[in-house]
Amino acid sequence: MIKNKLFIYLLILAFGLAVPYLFPAYKLQISILWILIILSLTWDVQGGQMGYNTFGNILFFGLGMYLCSSIQIGLFFPLAEWTASGGEKTFVHTPTQYFQGFFVGLILAGIIPALVAAFIGYGILGLRGHYFAICTLGLAIAAGEIAGGIELIGAGQGMTSPPWPKGIGDTELRSEFFYYICFALMICTFLFLRWAYQTRFGLVLNAIRDNEDKAEAMGIYTMRYKITGWVVSAFFVGIAGGLMGNMIGYIEPVETAFAGRTFGVYMVIMAILGGKGTLWGPVIGATAFHVFKEGFWTFFLGWQYVALGALIVVVVVFFPEGIMGWLREKYPERFGEVIDEADRKAQVELK
Amino acid sequence: MDLLIFQVPILMVQASLDGILLGILFALIAYGMALQWGVMNIINIAQGELVILGGYIAYFMYVAGIHPAFGVIVSPIIMYFVGWSLYKTIIFRVVDRDLFISILATFGISILTQQLMNFIFGSDVVVAQSNFGTTFLFNYMVTLPNAKIFAAGVSIIFAIFLVIYMKKSKLGRAIRATAQNARAAKILGVDTERVYAATFGINAALCGVAGSLIAITFTLHPYVGLPYTVRSFMIVIIAGLGNLPGVALSGMGLGVFEEFADYILGTEFRIGSVFLLLVLILVYRRFKLSRKREYLK
Repeated sequence: MIKNKLFIYLLILAFGLAVPYLFPAYKLQISILWILIILSLTWDVQGGQMGYNTFGNILFFGLGMYLCSSIQIGLFFPLAEWTASGGEKTFVHTPTQYFQGFFVGLILAGIIPALVAAFIGYGILGLRGHYFAICTLGLAIAAGEIAGGIELIGAGQGMTSPPWPKGIGDTELRSEFFYYICFALMICTFLFLRWAYQTRFGLVLNAIRDNEDKAEAMGIYTMRYKITGWVVSAFFVGIAGGLMGNMIGYIEPVETAFAGRTFGVYMVIMAILGGKGTLWGPVIGATAFHVFKEGFWTFFLGWQYVALGALIVVVVVFFPEGIMGWLREKYPERFGEVIDEADRKAQVELK
Repeated sequence: MDLLIFQVPILMVQASLDGILLGILFALIAYGMALQWGVMNIINIAQGELVILGGYIAYFMYVAGIHPAFGVIVSPIIMYFVGWSLYKTIIFRVVDRDLFISILATFGISILTQQLMNFIFGSDVVVAQSNFGTTFLFNYMVTLPNAKIFAAGVSIIFAIFLVIYMKKSKLGRAIRATAQNARAAKILGVDTERVYAATFGINAALCGVAGSLIAITFTLHPYVGLPYTVRSFMIVIIAGLGNLPGVALSGMGLGVFEEFADYILGTEFRIGSVFLLLVLILVYRRFKLSRKREYLK
């Protein structure tokens, strides 16, 4: 069994590393797939493991995106002039400046959203059920609206992230560079969460999901664990946002950064499609969703969002357990559940 | 402070009056939300989309040459059936399920409706001209469009009508009984399925009234539904379920807040301030409740 698992991991690793050479035309698409997997994995920390259904993780995504690009620019040039110049680049990064800015920006794009999550977590994670869901929805949209009003970061028009520096390679190298960083981040997120779910932390999250009051009565400081969970999510989502901003090269407050209508919805639907509350569910869900999206979106031609709305309704109403939940029902033995055959037969007869 | 509103204090009167008239409209939407929240325990994220859809009905009457004010009669009738069929296709599957499932399902409906409206009605900002003229107060310092006064008046009439209907009619009694205890109502012979469908329909009809009033007083756009959902949610949580004067008052308060935010922070932060206020209210509520929980301990 363990050998089997290791084999799967190695296969995914080999596939991930080989993609730029196997499918050079789809590098950007697959990089976005890794980002989507990060988003759905981190959403699942709240939505699946902890039972706190958030619409607000997109807040950290946008925050990371703006922070990373602002830092990259602001370290070397005046930010206001950069955004004021719009599409025309008046300043050019040298390669060293670019990479220095990029890594500093990326790290801060993880840390600052994590701090924000810790700061607002105490207030917001105390809410339960639908209050939490709607509060986070409001938070994400408020952030988008406010970012759209700040002149320094380009207001409603948005800003450009720094272009790839000249003199070290063409756009091929650029997309390969971003591809591998996205892939590495995805691996880090996955391994970290895999480790975290095996520790006491994961158990406490599940206890909070099952019955928070009882968990509290057992002497667990649930608030600490809830905040920690959100900080972890915010950290990875923030970095993913910073990467995404650099990769697509243009940041717009409502459409790309605080994109409640696209990524904010995607992360929820991916996790639910794959099966929330499982480690592999979000990964499978994100992959299935992305393949569906990229493969069939073009057939809808403008009706994509209609299809998205319909997909949400269908998945939520008819398929709330997701792919993993369905597999688990079908092959319980594979999930380490012991089935008493006599008991199962008796139940079937009862029905 | 060199803000205009502090230099010209009469603007405060203007903002307050605007806000109160606007708030009455919000209260009408919130009343529908409180109704279905109380009866079905569902939070309908698609509430704002129903409002906008109702508004488009009035707008198309205007395009067809009928005065849009008649929308307040036509729109609720159509919207009642929209709401009813929405219940019969989707909502009845999620009524008894986990709360988040209903939130997500209505969220999906909201996206679906938004995009369908965008497709069918186009993404332009539209407005239905009512030609009601304008009232001037205080020596022409304060201007109030008559359409807004009309809207507030119609909202109040509909709200009063609905309150009486809920008190006196058989269906109203059944709805109230179901809200109190669905199981007991079922045992006593209330067809709760029908009650739920009717409740959802009445909510949609209220949204239709509010939407057609918004069509003549403000502007319509397929994507502006969500702020209405959030406003009505906010009003309901401030007022509490089943507290009608509270809904009216907090609706007006929200309207006044918005108008002042518009003057002080600028129009670009108007929607943002509404959403931020929601977050602040929820967090405040959480701390208030947690103190209560500690007392209980």
